[in-house]
Amino acid sequence: MTGFEGATLAIDLLNITLLTILFVIAIAIARLRSLFAIVMLSGIYSLVSATWFVALDAVDVAFTEAAVGAGISTALFLGAMVLTSRTAKAEKGATKIVPLLVVIATGAILIYATIDLPGFGDPTSPANTGVGVDFIERTYPEIAIPNIVTAVLASYRGFDTLGEVGVVFAAGLAVSLLLGFGERSLGASVRREDRVASLKKDEEES
Amino acid sequence: MIGAAAIALVVAIALMLVRALSGPTLYDRVLAVNSLGTKIILLLGVIGFLTGRPDFLDISILYALINFVSTIAILKFFRYRSFQVSLTRRGKGGS
Repeated sequence: MTGFEGATLAIDLLNITLLTILFVIAIAIARLRSLFAIVMLSGIYSLVSATWFVALDAVDVAFTEAAVGAGISTALFLGAMVLTSRTAKAEKGATKIVPLLVVIATGAILIYATIDLPGFGDPTSPANTGVGVDFIERTYPEIAIPNIVTAVLASYRGFDTLGEVGVVFAAGLAVSLLLGFGERSLGASVRREDRVASLKKDEEES
Repeated sequence: MIGAAAIALVVAIALMLVRALSGPTLYDRVLAVNSLGTKIILLLGVIGFLTGRPDFLDISILYALINFVSTIAILKFFRYRSFQVSLTRRGKGGS
């Protein structure tokens, strides 16, 4: 897997650096009050975490994170920001402490749960001794797709993925219908004179 | 050599992050996000060569497309406060 000597160390250092960047961004998001800056930073957070997923070999998860987190979510957050104010209110009293305690408790539970997990790349772990081995051995001779996750998603489990695509399409269609199209949708927040001017221009052109 | 490139990219990402965190104007942040996206794309390519699998270049090209589209969306939001305005029909010196 490694390209040259010391690549494992380089990847480890890269993982640590990326996690540090994520940590800094998360702290900054929690402390900032400007909503626009928070939206920008959450886009950066998604991009960096997607890179980290790639470094961990979870390429499909990384791509979903980049498309949904950095692409669509940023646009949706900006659209939501049109409808609200530009800064968040400062928390005071219990609302400042309780979320921190919840986050620390959840993190502690998750760390406790990782103690039972097998080591990363452990050849005796259940994932590497059960059906996983079968897929690793048979995928390339059978359908010649180098990435096994892609092979399972798009070929062995093709009908399931087709159903998922149908569900996502229906959801997207429903959201588009709820938001509306054209002049009556989010365009209502454009300044009125701009809209009148563009309407006039349309009339001139037609 | 690739390790040095990775280190340089990480330093560049850290600098972009400082700009995105400190602002001061919104345009600084937009520019920081866009160029940080570019650095991430380059870093993905470097990770691909570090792990001996240059297939990662495909992923970084797709990231470049996503980065471009989201930057356009952010700038459009800035200019018109809406995503529902066409970009092409606004003549008269770009206003």
